[in-house]
Amino acid sequence: MTEKIATREAYGQALAELGNQHPDIVVLDADLSCSTKTNTFAKKFPARFFNMGVAEQNMIGWSAGLAASGYVPFASSFAVFATARAFDQLRNSVALSRLNVKIAASHAGLSVGPDGASHQAIEDIALTRLLPNFTVVVPADGPQAGLATKAVYAHQGPVYLRLGRPQVENISKDLSFTIGQAQILRSGSDAAIIACGTMVHEACRAAEFLARDNISVRVVNMHTIKPLDTEAVLAAARETRVLITAEEHSIIGGLGSAVAETLAEAGIGIPFKRVGVNDCFGESGKPDELFRKFGLDADNIVRQVKGLL
Amino acid sequence: MFVFHDFDLTWRSPKFSVIIYSAIPFLCWVRERREVLLVAFELNPDPGFLSKQALVIRRDIIHMLGQAGSGHTGGSLSMTDLITALYFAELKHDPARPNWPDRDRFLLSKGHGAPALYAILARTGYFSVEILSTLRQHGSMLQGHPDMNKTPGIECSTGSLGQGLSMACGMAVAARLRESDPAYRVYTLLGDGELNEGQVWEAAMSAAHYGLDNLCAMVDYNGLQIDGETCKVMNLEPLADKWKAFGWNVISINGHDVNEILSAFGRARLTARQPTVILAKTVKGKGVSFIENQAGWHGIAPKPDEVKKALEELR
Repeated sequence: MTEKIATREAYGQALAELGNQHPDIVVLDADLSCSTKTNTFAKKFPARFFNMGVAEQNMIGWSAGLAASGYVPFASSFAVFATARAFDQLRNSVALSRLNVKIAASHAGLSVGPDGASHQAIEDIALTRLLPNFTVVVPADGPQAGLATKAVYAHQGPVYLRLGRPQVENISKDLSFTIGQAQILRSGSDAAIIACGTMVHEACRAAEFLARDNISVRVVNMHTIKPLDTEAVLAAARETRVLITAEEHSIIGGLGSAVAETLAEAGIGIPFKRVGVNDCFGESGKPDELFRKFGLDADNIVRQVKGLL
Repeated sequence: MFVFHDFDLTWRSPKFSVIIYSAIPFLCWVRERREVLLVAFELNPDPGFLSKQALVIRRDIIHMLGQAGSGHTGGSLSMTDLITALYFAELKHDPARPNWPDRDRFLLSKGHGAPALYAILARTGYFSVEILSTLRQHGSMLQGHPDMNKTPGIECSTGSLGQGLSMACGMAVAARLRESDPAYRVYTLLGDGELNEGQVWEAAMSAAHYGLDNLCAMVDYNGLQIDGETCKVMNLEPLADKWKAFGWNVISINGHDVNEILSAFGRARLTARQPTVILAKTVKGKGVSFIENQAGWHGIAPKPDEVKKALEELR
C-alpha cells in the first residue's frame, strides 16, 4: 500500500462502517466534525449523532450518561480540548465509574502545524494514561487507525484513541491489531527504537539510515501506551544495546516515561534516550519544519542512537 | 434492548466467561419474565405519608452523619422533602431491580447530599437500613460521595460539582434512542452553589437544543454555599430568567411544600419539547433549629450531643 491517509480519515471511515453493524454506537462531536471526520457517520446516522457545540466538558458528560444507558459513545474533538479541557469530566464522570466511553481525538501533537501551540496537544497521552481504568491507543498509520477503531469499540471500558491531522505513510506491515500487543516492524540487535503514532514512520526511516552504517535497529510500534506491552520493552532492552523512545508528545509522561518506568522497575540499566517534545510548547509551521526544529525526525533519532552507541 | 453494563465479567477467567456468557440467553428469558411478574415500587402521593417519610429520612441523616463524624448536614436536610416526594410519589422505579432498563433515573448532581439519597434508597428497599450506619467508613458501600459501582440504586458517580446535568442529558437522550421500548424520565438535583460551574450552563443549553422533555432538573435553592450566602459569594439572580433564557420550562416552588413539589413534577411531565427546571426555595439544614440557615453547617457533622438535640426536634 502506498496511498497516504490521515489516521483521523481512517477513523471516520471505520466509524461509519461500524455504525452499520452496531446500533449501539453513538457519536458526539464539539463543532469539529468536519475535522475529526465524524461527519461521515453524522450523514449516515443523523439520529445517532449529537453535535454538542463548542462544549467539550458537556460532551464528555453526555457520553457518560449514554454509556451508563448501554450505548457506546465515541466523543471526538481536537486532542487538546478533548483531554486537557475536559480532564475532570474524564476523571470523575468516566474513569471513576469505568464507563464505556471512547474518546477519539484528532489533531494530536505538533503535526497540527500552522494553528500553533494552543492547538498542538503534547500532554494528552500523559493525561489519559494517568487515569485508572483508561486504555490509551496511538495508531501509527491509516490502516492501523481503522483496525484500532474497531478494536476500541470491541473493548469494554474507557479508551483514549489518539489521531493525527496529516496524511501519513502506511508503514504497518501487520494487518492484525490487538490492543496491548506491540508490533516489531524491523529486527535488529544494536539498538531498539520504540515509537508510537507518526514517529513510527520516522523510526523506520532512521533504522534505514543506520543500516547504511551497519547499525542494525529493531523498530517497535508501541501503538498501545496503556496497558503497555512490557514484555516487548524488556525484550528490546535485553536483546539490543541501546534504547530510544520516539513520540510526538512531551518527553514527560508519555511513551518515553512509560518505557523508563518499566526499565527501572525491572532493574535494567541500558543507555536510553527519549525523543519527543523537550518540555516546551510548539509553534506555527509546516509539520516537517516543526518535526525538524523540535527533533522529531529521523535525523535526530539517528543522532541519538549514534550518541548512545 | 438488553443492557448488560451491570454485569462486570471482564476480570473473570476465559473459561468462566464462556460459562457465564452461555447463560445469558437464559438470564434474558428470566429477566423478561420478571418484567412481567414484578411491579414497580408502589407510589403514594398522600402528603401526610410523605411528611412522615421525610421525617424518617431526616432522622436517618442525623444518625448517619453523627456516626460518620463527617459529611454534609445542611444540604442533605434542605433537599430531603424534594427527593422524598420524588422516590415515594413520582419516580417509576423498583428497588428489587436497580438496573431495570425501563426505570426512571435520578442523578444526584450535588453529590455531597449523599446521606439523604442513601437514606431514601435504604427506606425504599434498595439495601438494608442497618447499612446506613456505615456511611463513610472504610469498606462501606456508602462512599462519602455517590459511587455507581458500589451502591445499588446510584445511577452515576458524582461529587465533582457541575457534571450531573450533562450525564442526565445523556441518559435522557438514550431513552429517546430506544425506539420501541417504553420511554423513561430522568431527574437530577443540583445545588445552588453548583450553578457557579460553567458546565451546568453548557448542559442547560444542550438539553434545550435537543428538546429533552423527559428531563427534569431541580435546584435546591437554599441560598447558602460554603463561603456564605450565594448572593454574596457569586450572585445567581435573576435565576429563573437565566433558565428561561436558556430555553427551559421554569417552575418556582417552596421546596418543603409537598403539594407544590408534586404539582411541579406533574407539570414537568406534561411539558413537551422542553426540559423543565424546578427552582425549589429551601432552607439549608431544614428541620433542626440550630442547623437551619447556617453556612457553617455545610460540610460538618453533628457531635453526639448535637445528634441528641437534633433528634429531639425531629419528632
